[in-house]
Amino acid sequence: MERDDLIVNDSYSLNATHSEEAGVKIRKNIIFVTVLLTAITAVEVAMGIIFKRAETYTWEAIKWTFVALTLVKAGYIVMSFMHLGEEKSVLKKSILLPYVMFIIYLFYILATEGFGHLFNHTSFH
Amino acid sequence: MSGHSNDNVSSKELWGGGRSPYGISYGKMYMWFFLVSDALTFGGLLTAYGFSRASSESPWPIGEQVFRALPGLDGQYPLIYVALMTFILIVSSVTMVLAVEAGHRNDKRGVIRWMLATIVGGMFFLGSQAWEWSHFIHGGGGSFLLAKEVTITDENGTPYTLPVGEPIFMDHHFGELAEGYANGDSNVVLDNDHGHITLVQYGEHTHEAELHSLTINKYIIGEREVSGDDASKLWEARSQSFKFGANMHENEYAMQQSYANFFFFITGFHGFHVFSGVVINIIIFLMALQGVFEKRGHYEMVEKVGLYWHFIDLVWVFVFTFFYLI
Repeated sequence: MERDDLIVNDSYSLNATHSEEAGVKIRKNIIFVTVLLTAITAVEVAMGIIFKRAETYTWEAIKWTFVALTLVKAGYIVMSFMHLGEEKSVLKKSILLPYVMFIIYLFYILATEGFGHLFNHTSFH
Repeated sequence: MSGHSNDNVSSKELWGGGRSPYGISYGKMYMWFFLVSDALTFGGLLTAYGFSRASSESPWPIGEQVFRALPGLDGQYPLIYVALMTFILIVSSVTMVLAVEAGHRNDKRGVIRWMLATIVGGMFFLGSQAWEWSHFIHGGGGSFLLAKEVTITDENGTPYTLPVGEPIFMDHHFGELAEGYANGDSNVVLDNDHGHITLVQYGEHTHEAELHSLTINKYIIGEREVSGDDASKLWEARSQSFKFGANMHENEYAMQQSYANFFFFITGFHGFHVFSGVVINIIIFLMALQGVFEKRGHYEMVEKVGLYWHFIDLVWVFVFTFFYLI
């Protein structure tokens, strides 16, 4: 049986090699993403400690900030660490589109079902 | 990264067979598709968590009050331990990218070094998670519910009535002896000297815990310490059932069980992924050590397990936000 992990073929990612000089540049980018992810996490923890939760619009805004920062972190992990940014666009789409749909569904369900607590301040006794 | 030889081919030819339209090998593609489906599992779990929380009748505990201990230290460090775990996982993700990068330069020593670092990072994370589980299961000091209504005075001196079923939390030392007392341990004796309550455990060594204060609303909307006569009043009104830490049936953190169950299931399912990731990383590390990939001419296997490892980090980013922060 032919094993395609042994074939040297330009149409595959198997011989995706780079030189020493390119490696230096790539490592610089890796360090940038590392610092960014760490900084975002530190900001999130600080916000979680500083702001007290309450049934207010401020806390609501902070929650959405957490969600936005999480999506930024996820984007950097997927696009940079998992190299999806460098893959062909047809592969990108087939992986990301299901999640775009999933997130739109979650927003839909939130918008139709989830905002009741903002207008009802009795959930804390 | 991907092959570029398809770029000048018409789309009919590209999808006509004999070529790789995605520009990646089958192994990498199926790792991606596996991750797409696995992410839906985690997405489903976190969505279920959100729905349970939004529809919960009783208050939901909050992350920075439940998770605020550090190993070996007294005191309050809200979310610091979880942040540390997140940092460990991010760093091990970085060492994994560096292993992949070394593989692209056919640098065998680099791959071995960074894979080893990734494995160590993964083990640190697993150890941290074991400690966190242990701490969650053992709890802070335990709680009991009020069997009857109790009126105490708040900090402004005005009367404040707590309803039947309100959870009251003990401190660590008192809770330990109260557990023995609640279980009918004959060595633990309750000494109520005009409202001055002491639990004494007689045995090889005598342990004594005085009831200085009790806490209401801990884990939910901020602690309120109650001391003196009010604390004795709450203690006198206790129901027979005490709760210590958490298991699959009851927990001291909330009146419902969903919170503890979601903690066990979501972090447990993620931890199992980390565990299998570490095992896979060890296998790939040993293969690199033996020169299997050097002989093969490429280090794509490192890339494939790298995808899985980054996915574990990716999931943790979401668990961190939706379970601990929000």
